[in-house]
Amino acid sequence: MRVFMLGWEFPPYISGGLGTACHGLTKAMDELGLDVTFVLPKPLDENASGHVKILSPRQCKQTQTYRNPDQIHEVERNDDFTHTTFHEIPSLLQPYITPEYYQQKIETIVRERTVDYIREAGGETAVDEWYQMIADIDIEPTGAGQYGGDMYTEAHRYAASAVRLAMQEDFDVIHAHDWMTYPAAIAVASVTGKPLVVHVHSTEFDRSGEHVNQMIYNIENRGMHAANKIIAVSDLTRNIIISRYGVLGEKVEVVYNGVEQNGESRMAFDHVGISNDEKIVLFLGRITMQKGPEYFLMAARKVLEKVDNVKFVIAGTGDMMHRIIEMAAQMGIGHKVLFTGFLRGKDLEKVYQMADLYVMPSVSEPFGIAPLEALNHDVPVLISKQSGVAEVLTHVLKVDFWDVNEMANKIIAVLKYPPLQLTLREHGNFEVRRLKWAGAAEKCKQIYQEMVQHV
Amino acid sequence: MASVCFYFQVHQPFRLRHYTVFDHTPRYFDEFKNASICRKVASKCYLPSNRLLLEVIRRYEGQFKIAYSITGVVLEQFQKYCPEVMSTFDALAETGCVEFLGETYHHSLSFLYSHSEFIEQINQHTELIRKLYGQTPRVFRNTELIYSNALAETIEKTGRFDAIIAEGADHVLGHRNSNFVYRPSNCDRLKLLLKNYSLSDDIAFRFSNHDWPEFPLTADKFAGWVNRVNGNGQCVNLFMDYETFGEHQWEDTGIFDFMEHLPAEVLKHPDNNFMTPGELVDTYDAVDVVDVPHIISWADTERDLSAWLGNAMQSNALHEVYKIEKLIKQTQNEELLADWRRLQTSDHFYYMCTKYFADGDVHKYFNPYESPYDSYINFMNVLGNLRQRCDQSFSKNKKSLSKTS
Repeated sequence: MRVFMLGWEFPPYISGGLGTACHGLTKAMDELGLDVTFVLPKPLDENASGHVKILSPRQCKQTQTYRNPDQIHEVERNDDFTHTTFHEIPSLLQPYITPEYYQQKIETIVRERTVDYIREAGGETAVDEWYQMIADIDIEPTGAGQYGGDMYTEAHRYAASAVRLAMQEDFDVIHAHDWMTYPAAIAVASVTGKPLVVHVHSTEFDRSGEHVNQMIYNIENRGMHAANKIIAVSDLTRNIIISRYGVLGEKVEVVYNGVEQNGESRMAFDHVGISNDEKIVLFLGRITMQKGPEYFLMAARKVLEKVDNVKFVIAGTGDMMHRIIEMAAQMGIGHKVLFTGFLRGKDLEKVYQMADLYVMPSVSEPFGIAPLEALNHDVPVLISKQSGVAEVLTHVLKVDFWDVNEMANKIIAVLKYPPLQLTLREHGNFEVRRLKWAGAAEKCKQIYQEMVQHV
Repeated sequence: MASVCFYFQVHQPFRLRHYTVFDHTPRYFDEFKNASICRKVASKCYLPSNRLLLEVIRRYEGQFKIAYSITGVVLEQFQKYCPEVMSTFDALAETGCVEFLGETYHHSLSFLYSHSEFIEQINQHTELIRKLYGQTPRVFRNTELIYSNALAETIEKTGRFDAIIAEGADHVLGHRNSNFVYRPSNCDRLKLLLKNYSLSDDIAFRFSNHDWPEFPLTADKFAGWVNRVNGNGQCVNLFMDYETFGEHQWEDTGIFDFMEHLPAEVLKHPDNNFMTPGELVDTYDAVDVVDVPHIISWADTERDLSAWLGNAMQSNALHEVYKIEKLIKQTQNEELLADWRRLQTSDHFYYMCTKYFADGDVHKYFNPYESPYDSYINFMNVLGNLRQRCDQSFSKNKKSLSKTS
């Protein structure tokens, strides 16, 4: 079974759960012996912190053999993959960005690239080539409201490249992760006639509430209807797909995410500037409407009415960051709320080790891998009932995101009663060990097999 | 001779209402939920079962006998929420074929934590049974059949009971079986009645199980198993939750028909009869001493305390409850004492059990909480408030004292 997989981010350079999920899933598929060709949009900005880029030499070496003139890189990774090949297509695609940010980003990239390019190559020919490149990137000086057009172009550039690549590959099924890859997936499917699975990790309704971006909704809708099968990450998401996108229930299967076991055990801390008798409640995720950071703050204020030796750590960035910082100040709890920015690697390990409780107050969370990682690091978790992961976890605390009173009640209980924390940690860590990617990969394989038989 | 001895456990806890750390009102119990569960179980189980057994007792004119152990907390709820259940128990008591057993009024685990509280609750229960049914309980059963040598010694020392009931666990019986009257270790007078868990569970758990090879269980088949005890035992102790009839086994499983026809089938054999626990004690001598140095119970397959004391939350909650015993009693405030005692009911700790939580099973039955963690948080918040009230009561007393002096 050969799988042509279209994704948009991959560790170590990720901005959210999607990259983690793609990594875990493909790794498990690899172990199952499925041949996966993984196609990624490669962002041009190599200094960016929040998304895929050319993988660093230590972890993989680039073969430098361009598969076609359109600069599709075949990337060789020397870590755990044996049946998987990676292709990166230059593109500006990034998950989780706003129109304004997107516009600004393109301009920066173009500017920086120009300078670098001229410096490296030197001479007039380089300038000519650069102009050519600008034309390729196809940016018109646009005002607000043109964002859709730009994204659309980008998605189609990715699609065109993916089709060109697909023509040279041999595979049985196409598997596409989330809306940015759907145009490419539809194009590949129509050119090759192979069955298509779209994997829905989140929908526009999760990200934007009722204020959906019509263009994104349309792409999602088209992708779901073009697909032979849809994989939803939870029943919650499955219900949205059925009710909001008008897809038949029989077409949608639920495959829960897993978690990779890599948590380190907790250590004593006295070197991190927060005293040991001070408790830490952690929010870790993008600071956006979807993740419910304001409910976290409202609960924090209530907690501080009863408990004093506690700090609330908000780890992540996002478009609501400034609003949330201001909100904390207005509530008069600014000194109790710490913002760390986006964390990864050692810093991430450290913040998990310090935390007494991880809180995910998401307004709408299709799945939510982060709580699994917290459990993996021996941190008890409190999650909103409006999350897919609540369907698979039992040894956690659950609360409706809007019920800040109850959220505070439970946070206080964890801080106040060590036996609660102990029991949650023990059982939670045990439970999370059972949620493996292998199970998810196995289920995907079954879905592929059914589809191939049908076609 | 095989004497069939039925004892039914009747109990409902006072469930707590949702209580956050921000709540201050000193009302802890969920009136609405308790009333509706009590009425629901009454209509499905208590009322139809009582009516049926009353009829069967009358039909057999003294040959069919049964025993109940009814907790004080469920009797309070019957009086409050469904008094018609009270009158059917009255009628049963008047037949003379029904014995009432003694236990802790609050269905508590007090034996494990406080000797004085344990004795007080037994006395409270004995008084209530005497007042309601004109009987003084002479056979004792501890909450969830929790039992050990130490418990038997304590009960013998009260001088008020002739026998005690326990689970007929294989590991304490060894090669022996539960169909005899025994004596607990270190006891001179007290007798020990052991539950025949195999035949009891055939009715209580397996009756409607289609995968069970013996399904369907009929009255004559069951009577045949009872007959087999003849020659290798004196009694068949069938101890079970009363909610077996109509609630655990729904009416449409045929459980009521089974009970209606069982006496006739059992009595077909001339050597069989029905006895209450007290009659067993009067009729049969203890044949051997059973040594139970470690605590046993009738719960789950483990037959131990792990359903109430299996994790850190449970042991912490229990410890915290009994830690304030002195404080509560010093206040001499009846309301505080009553609230504190209702918090001792074992169900509160059972709800905190994490043992089979992920699998979803019998432990979820009637559990008012979404998770064991929620139940612990709720319980600890209530206990925190109760403690505060104790402290306030003291400072008030001090103030009034200083005013008078």
